[in-house]
Amino acid sequence: MVNYTDNEMMAISAGRFIKDGDILFAGTGISMLAATVAKRIYAPKAVVFFETGGIDPSLEEIPMAVSDSRVMSGTAVNSGLIDAFSVVGHRKLHTIAFLGAAQIDRYGNLNTTCIGDYFRPKARFPGSGGACDVAAFASGVITFMQHERRRFVEKLDYRTSLGWHDGGDSRSSLGLRRGGALAVVTNLCVLKFDDNTKAVYLAEYYPGVSVGTILENTGFELDVSRAAEATPPSVEELKILRDEVDPQRLMLGSIPCAPAIP
Amino acid sequence: MNSYPEIEDKLMTAEEAVKRFIKEGSQIAIGGFTVARNPMAIAYEIVRQGIRNIHLVCHSNGQALDVLIGAGCVRRVEIAYGGNGRFAPTCVRFKKAVQEGRIEFEDYSNYQMSLRFLAGALGIPFVPTKSGLGTDLITYEGFSQETRKERKVSPKKFALVQNPFNDEEDRYVLLPALNPDVALIHAQYVGDDGTVRIKGLTFADIEEAKSADTVIVTCEEIVPRSFVRIDPDQNTFPPFLVDAIVRVPYGAHPTSCYSFYDYDARHLNLYRRVAEDDELFKEYLDEWVYGISSREAYLDKVGGAALVEIKANSVLGYTPGLERK
Repeated sequence: MVNYTDNEMMAISAGRFIKDGDILFAGTGISMLAATVAKRIYAPKAVVFFETGGIDPSLEEIPMAVSDSRVMSGTAVNSGLIDAFSVVGHRKLHTIAFLGAAQIDRYGNLNTTCIGDYFRPKARFPGSGGACDVAAFASGVITFMQHERRRFVEKLDYRTSLGWHDGGDSRSSLGLRRGGALAVVTNLCVLKFDDNTKAVYLAEYYPGVSVGTILENTGFELDVSRAAEATPPSVEELKILRDEVDPQRLMLGSIPCAPAIP
Repeated sequence: MNSYPEIEDKLMTAEEAVKRFIKEGSQIAIGGFTVARNPMAIAYEIVRQGIRNIHLVCHSNGQALDVLIGAGCVRRVEIAYGGNGRFAPTCVRFKKAVQEGRIEFEDYSNYQMSLRFLAGALGIPFVPTKSGLGTDLITYEGFSQETRKERKVSPKKFALVQNPFNDEEDRYVLLPALNPDVALIHAQYVGDDGTVRIKGLTFADIEEAKSADTVIVTCEEIVPRSFVRIDPDQNTFPPFLVDAIVRVPYGAHPTSCYSFYDYDARHLNLYRRVAEDDELFKEYLDEWVYGISSREAYLDKVGGAALVEIKANSVLGYTPGLERK
């Protein structure tokens, strides 16, 4: 039995979605780890880039912010925000964005703005940053979440970034012809979205996690009829993650991937 | 003594630049991004001069935003993101000010804010995007109708329009252009002819500077004209765009300046801790801002060992192996 942490399982679960040639948009936190792990293990021809304008940095050290100098080092091109968003939505590219959020609903819409009333919130978070933009323009979004009932909610306190809107074809009828939520990777499981209803369903539960635990921690009705046990990380996957991707344990440690809710 | 005859009318201290160009109620755009190239020397000077009621227009801002809000200089913000990366996922004084109802705020996204600066730079009144459709960014207006009557505040947050070139239903969000009073940019190099060179990522600095009425550039080094003119592909602004030039080595500390120094992780962690407590934060400002008599005194306080520790590898641009937890 190989031991691994939640963050390691999450980074590897997300990395497994990535294919060669994908263009990966990485945000802060665990999403940087997932983008790096995807490139080192599953899709060496994937390209990692950042909304700040750094394209394909060498990433010999894990950046602590998307403006980190490590995002500008050894790149193909250094540019700025306007250029980066022309990449995210580029018609010739298949772009996958990694995001995190404080709250998510059944259609993969995300809240990174506030809890409570918008004007006088109980908790204020950083805001959209580039999340609203990449959720509109990328070919697909993978979201990292701490799996808690107060985060998987029927109704978001603030809809910062669009997933599948109200489900069905409601996203495309807004005029957003591509993109949408691809998967949600939590500390308990991997969720995907139904092709027709666009509602989230349980795709894989991690070894040692019961479906009951996942249901208890989800604040809306969840389809579990298609669930299967996830493949645990291999020794080789963990070795690359620990020795090459984040040897300083800056992201793999106990740092939570979502803003704290008081 | 160095003398720079071509820029002598623009060359000044941070104190002079703030006195001349930043007023009560000014609308200000801050260059850099979260923990990188924040114009800290100017931000500290604004705090020291006690300028109030500032209106900040921000994409993703971090340390300078938080210090200005924490010191009570800011009345309102238009903002995409207030955070310091892993050092403070939400900027602490920004978070408190919003939660306690002490500032007016209106949310946009990074691309939206960049587009608004670009529109301002190009002299067009608005710019369309699909970003924001279906979200609460276009449900809630943050500012009151009273605020909307004020100088440089758009009468509407956004407008929705049908694409006039398409017969099918095809809606866009129109965003109002921004023309801030002042843009504050920290650059690595300014030539002695006034040409500005930013190394690494430029973030939204180019659009911000071109949209602003006045541009203050602080820099690490003033370099000979021959250096910037032999490789002009690398340059960011021509001299005529810049109104004030201030030489301030380590002028972005504790944020990073690519190829010169990394962020000061120890200082940013200390800041996050003190920012959570009103009393400790006051002491921090006394110690690090009000009580600092000169730039030399500030660097003495940071300490030689810390400055050496964060000194960037000039090839990699960052500080390999830096303790960053």
